[in-house]
Parts: sequence; C-alpha cells; structure tokens
Amino acid sequence: MRRDIVGSVVAIVVLTIGLGLVCPLVMTGVAQVAFKGQANGSQVERNGKVVGSSLIGQDFRKPVLDANGQPKMDKDGNPVLEADPAWFQSRPSQSGYSANVTFFSNLGPNQKDLADQVKANLDAYLALERPFTPGLAADRVPVDAVTSSASGVDPHISAANARIQANRIAAVRKVRLDRVLALVRQHTDGRALGVLGEPGVNVLELNLAVDNEFPLQ
Amino acid sequence: MTWQGWFQILIYVAVLTALTPLLGGYMARVYMGRRVVLQRVLGPVERGFYRAVRTDPAREQDWKQYGRTVLVFSTLFWLVLYAILRLQGALPFNPLRFGGAPWDVTFNTTSSFITNTNWQYYGGETTMSHFSQMAGLAVQNFISAAVGMAVLAAVIRGFARRETTKLGNFWVDLARSLLYILLPLSIIGTLLLVSQGVAQTFTGSVSLTTLHGFEQVLALGPVASQVAIKQLGTNGGGFFNVNSAFPFENATTFANFVELLFILLVPAAATYQYGRMIGRQGQGWALYIAMLLMLAIGVGNAYYQEAKATPALTAAGVHATADPGSTGGNLQDKEQRFGIANSALWSTATTDASNGSVNAAQEAYSGFGGMTPLVNMMTGEVIFGGVGSGLYGMLLLVLLTVFLAGLMVGRTPEYLGKKIQAREVKLVAIGTLYMPVVVLVAAALAVATPAGKKSIYDSGPQGFSEAVYAYTSQTNNNGSAFAGYTGFVQPNAPGNEGATGVPFADLIGGLCMLLGRFVPLLAALAVAGSLAAKRPVPAGPGTFRTDSPIFLVLLVGVVVIVAALSFLPALALGPIVQGLTNQLF
Repeated sequence: MRRDIVGSVVAIVVLTIGLGLVCPLVMTGVAQVAFKGQANGSQVERNGKVVGSSLIGQDFRKPVLDANGQPKMDKDGNPVLEADPAWFQSRPSQSGYSANVTFFSNLGPNQKDLADQVKANLDAYLALERPFTPGLAADRVPVDAVTSSASGVDPHISAANARIQANRIAAVRKVRLDRVLALVRQHTDGRALGVLGEPGVNVLELNLAVDNEFPLQ
Repeated sequence: MTWQGWFQILIYVAVLTALTPLLGGYMARVYMGRRVVLQRVLGPVERGFYRAVRTDPAREQDWKQYGRTVLVFSTLFWLVLYAILRLQGALPFNPLRFGGAPWDVTFNTTSSFITNTNWQYYGGETTMSHFSQMAGLAVQNFISAAVGMAVLAAVIRGFARRETTKLGNFWVDLARSLLYILLPLSIIGTLLLVSQGVAQTFTGSVSLTTLHGFEQVLALGPVASQVAIKQLGTNGGGFFNVNSAFPFENATTFANFVELLFILLVPAAATYQYGRMIGRQGQGWALYIAMLLMLAIGVGNAYYQEAKATPALTAAGVHATADPGSTGGNLQDKEQRFGIANSALWSTATTDASNGSVNAAQEAYSGFGGMTPLVNMMTGEVIFGGVGSGLYGMLLLVLLTVFLAGLMVGRTPEYLGKKIQAREVKLVAIGTLYMPVVVLVAAALAVATPAGKKSIYDSGPQGFSEAVYAYTSQTNNNGSAFAGYTGFVQPNAPGNEGATGVPFADLIGGLCMLLGRFVPLLAALAVAGSLAAKRPVPAGPGTFRTDSPIFLVLLVGVVVIVAALSFLPALALGPIVQGLTNQLF
C-alpha cells in the first residue's frame, strides 16, 4: 500500500508536468511555427483589419427600425434583426453567432417549439427570396436554410441555398447573375480528397468577394 | 441517403480494417515487452520513470495487487484534479480570469475525467482556464486511457498464461501505453488537426468587428493537442461546449475524417493485439467481425433515419429530400460540411466506442435515429468500446456466451482450453449486470423525484429520453448527451460568477461514472486472475469453437439480448414512442 501511494504521488507529478505542460507547450511552439495562420484561428483581414475567421460563420442581418427610425427591441431588450438583402445569409443560429459561448438548440425531434422555430425560419426565407426567385415554394427551400446548425457558427450554406440567394444579390447589387454565380462557385469548399464530407459555400469569404467586386452604391 | 454518403462510410470501414493489424501487431509488441522502434529515443524516459516510481519492471503483480495499484493511483489523481479545477482562479494560464466552478459540478467533472467518461455539464470555453484544460483535463485524457489499456493488457495475460498468479506490472503497462502508443499517435493527430485549422495557441480570445459590423469574440486556446488525445483515448470531452461541431475543434471535412478514425483506431487494434497475445489470431478477428457487424447495423439505422425529416420538420413544412445541391434530411443541429452521413457515422462510432464526443447534437436526432447511440451504450460499451475497457468488457460477454452455449449442449464450458467454472461465471454476472441496475435505478430516480426533474429540459417523451440517456451515458463511461439535460446553471457566461450546480444530477451522475468504471474493471481483473491459474486442456472433438460463424451469431445474440431484456421498457417510453408518432409535444 505504501509503495503504491509513493509511486502514485511521484507518477502524478511527473505525468502532469510531462503530459499537461511540456507536451502542449511544445505542440503549440511547433504549430505556431509550422501552421501560424491555422493555429491562430484562420483569421481573415480586410484593409489591414481582422474581420473574422474563415472557419466561423457571421451574422449578416440588420436591425429592424420602428416608425421613428429607432431600432425595434424585443421583450428582453435586444434589437430585433432581419436579413439584410444586400448580403448572403448564413444558416440560422441558436446562439446569435457567438464564437465564445456555444450551445446546441437541444430541441428533440417531436418538440412543438422546434416546429414553430423552423416554420418561422421558413416563412422568413420565403418572404426574403420570393421577390427575386418567382415561384419559390417550401418544397424548393433547402433544409440547411431553415434549420439551425450544431455549432451556431456554421461557416457554410448548401450550394442550392446559395443559388437561390444569388438571384437576390444580383438584383440588389445590380450585377449579372452569372457573375455572382461564378463567385459562388469560387468559394465553394468541395469534399476533402474529392470524397469526404459535403460541399458547402463559405458565406464570409463569398460576401467579402461580392462586396469587393460589386460594392453597394 | 446518397451513394456518396454510403461510399464515405465504406471508406471509413476499409481504412479502419487496414490499420487494425498494423497498429494491433505493434501494440502486442509493446505489451509483450518486445523491443519497439521508439525505444531507441524514449527508452531512457521509460527507465527513468520506473526509477522515479520505485518499481522493478521485472516484478509482476497478481490481480489483487494490480487492482490495488490502479485504485490508489486513480484515487490520488482524483484528489489532485479536483483541487486543480477548484483552485484554477489562483493558478496560471488563465487569460480570461475564470474562477472555480461550484463543488458539485466539480465532483461530477472530476469523476468524469478520471473514469474516461468525459461527461460535461460545463461548457469548456466558458468555465475552464487553459491550465485546467491542459494540466487537469487533457492529462486525464492520457491517463484514464492508459489505465484502461494497461488493465486490458493484464486481463489478456490472464487469458493467455497458465498456472501462474502474475498478470504484469501496472507501472510498466501504464508507461508503455503512454510512451509508445498514445503519445506518438497524439502528436501525429495534433499536427494533422492544426494543419486543417484546429486552433493551438495560448491566446485566450480575439475580439473583432465582423464584416457586417457586429462584435464577435473568437474563443481560442491549445485546442488541437487536447482534441487529438480526446479522440484517440475514447475520452470525448470537448475544448468547446459544442465539442467537435465547433470549427476550431473540427475545422474541415478532412479533420473530421481524422477525428472519426481516431475514435475507433485503438479499440479496434486491441482485438488484433488480443489475438496476437493469446497466440490465436483467429479469435481476435472473430471479435473484430462481431463488433464491426454491430457497428454496421448501428450506422445503417442512423443514416437511414436521419436522412428523413423529423415530425417537427414535417410539421413546419420543410422539404428534406437530398438533391445534388443540398444534403436534405434532418440537418437541425448538424453542420453543413458534415451533412447527414458523417453525422450519423460519428454518432454511431462515438457510442460504439465509449468516446462520447459529438459533431452534431444527439438530442436533435429523430426517435429511431437517436436509438443508435442509446442502444450502442446500453450494450455496455463493448462494440469496440473504450480503449482497454471495451475489449475486457467484451471478453466478459464472450465467457457468458461460452457458458450459455455449454448449458445448451450440457458440457462444461471452456474458452481457450480453460474451464469456465462457477467463480468465473459469478464474476461475469457482476461485471455485466451491475450496469443495467445502476442505469435504471438512477434514471427512475431522475424522472420520479423533484430533485431529479430539475435537470430535464424538453417536454414529453423527449424529457424522459434525456434522463435515460444521461445515466446510460455516465454509467457506461461514454460522455455523449442529450445535452438539454442540465447539471450546471451559469447565468453570467463566460465565467463562473453566480453559477450553481444541480446537486442531484451532479452527484448521482458522478457516482454512476465511478461505479461504471471500477466495478467491471475489478471484475475483469479477478476473472483474469482466476483464468491465469488454470491449466488448459487440449481441444477435443466436442470443444465448441470460438472463432466460428456460429459463435459470432451467438455472441452478437447475447450482447443484444442482454441489452434488450434490461432496457426495452425504458426505450419504449422514450425514443420508440417518438419514432412511432408524428405528434408534437
């Protein structure tokens, strides 16, 4: 018993220092030298200022204004937001696109609250896109556009979703649709090695490219 | 479902199967004390460790001594981890200045990481300092895994040896697991993950203004080094609250494949290691095939179910058919880059192994789709299972199968030439049946008492499923969750100010994890001790072959029937109800 206790105490100290401090310190050192951009969160700059991470989705909504031109507040005192038609929209987020306090929606498959949320997302999507995509109906809305993601900051939307939104971007920014679609193709991440995962359009990178090439007048 | 989805699942199985003999053969060498390549570099470290803990590597222990060393080591480490987590406010590497979490949550978290469970009531990025993550939790990712692997090595020796009481030296098995298996693999994993964009830095966070003018804070930290070992050691505790759904923890579809592979890599290789160490490779492959068969059923079900819309999505009017531009299916609480196939594969693999990491929210799975993870855990985590613990759990079920087969034909059961007698069968019964008892009692208390009900988030049968899932996961040392189930209330996140635990959930859960770890561990060691002492008899014409297809069918049957007899009523009240109805609650 005594032997076990002495051995354990020594082992705990040695292993905590070795595996808990030396190992992550060395790995961080190697990572910072070999993969500097990736190790620090794949930050994206614009005009010398960091505007986000290419891996983390962002909010492209705007405050809803009331009759007096003031931002409308909900009952918790937060501004009410709606999609800004000049930008590609990310997937809905349960966490307000927070990248430092993350959580799942945690609503089960038969929850009424979930059905209500998704219905509201679907109605909003149709109201936003139908003027630019005539005849758009619920059966053509891709599922990623109306469901919240797992991380709350999903950087991608599906290709089908981007194709529908491209009609709106082309109309609002007054450019030809095929030029917007070319940018969409450029910012689509394919399957890794051609087979792994699902293709997705990176919304932040796409919006950066769109705003550079077709700035708002 | 798409052919690309099925193809990816096939690729996964093919790569896993190809790596199994390579890594398994190597692991066998490590535990048989043979020379391995890395010894040239790490040999002095290994010998230095033996001197430091004052052990003679040649001196072996019997099962009681081995078990005692495991218990003493784990208990003392429990105390140290508890102290680190509670005192993190006074410790270094705390850029966001987090104080300690409440005592009951910390009891749960500490028990969780010591037992290789990694159940998390806390959210990593909002409560843990970098010191707690690295020197507290990530250390346990290594240690709890290595303890499981060491015990497995000892148990296998018990099956392989004859007429001895000695099973090995715990310190030797621990050191060799760490130095020659877990550490090198985790270094490879860390580099692969960082190259894909998984963060690895000591910066706490970066504040910025987004392209559209919102404030956003990117939480960062030494993530990759922790994630590599959390996948490899079937730990599963995420750096971030949403675990491997978060891009800084699982950046790309390639990173996702690496992390998926790491979930099952070591437990799968252990089957080959077993075959090599007992000198009958066929026995190892038989277990591998039985496990793979159950994995295939699980992932097939999960993918089929999740490719459809859930009742809530249908009620909302969503069209969930897959087409070339869209994944379709139940994408609620799932990521676009992983889609349905990789989410289904992950939730199957992570609950086959007692990993418990997730890349999508388990709670949003459909009734029947969510049964894959739940039933996987209810088998006692033996479909590959935890590193070490999975295979020794499976070996107990192998003995049970042999015993039942012996009863059917009226012969004394034997396995590997050794007679299975009353003592072994009693220990097997304890090792396999304590789990359903603990799970069902805990879940019953959780849904029937006011203190227990506080933790339930969803209404209707989903709330019941949350509680059953919580105690199944914790008792089986898995760690995945229907994460609505709450044991920690944190009004001022990020940070622990004003945070409180939910005592029932935290304490009962912690107790379940401790029992779930150490009862079968000791039972398996005791069985091994008693088998080691026996003298094998040569196989005769009446010997029941344990590497034949008939045995495989019987073994899978026993695994399924033991789980079904224990849990079918509970399943009927939760996921089965939800799977059968379109009603909303």
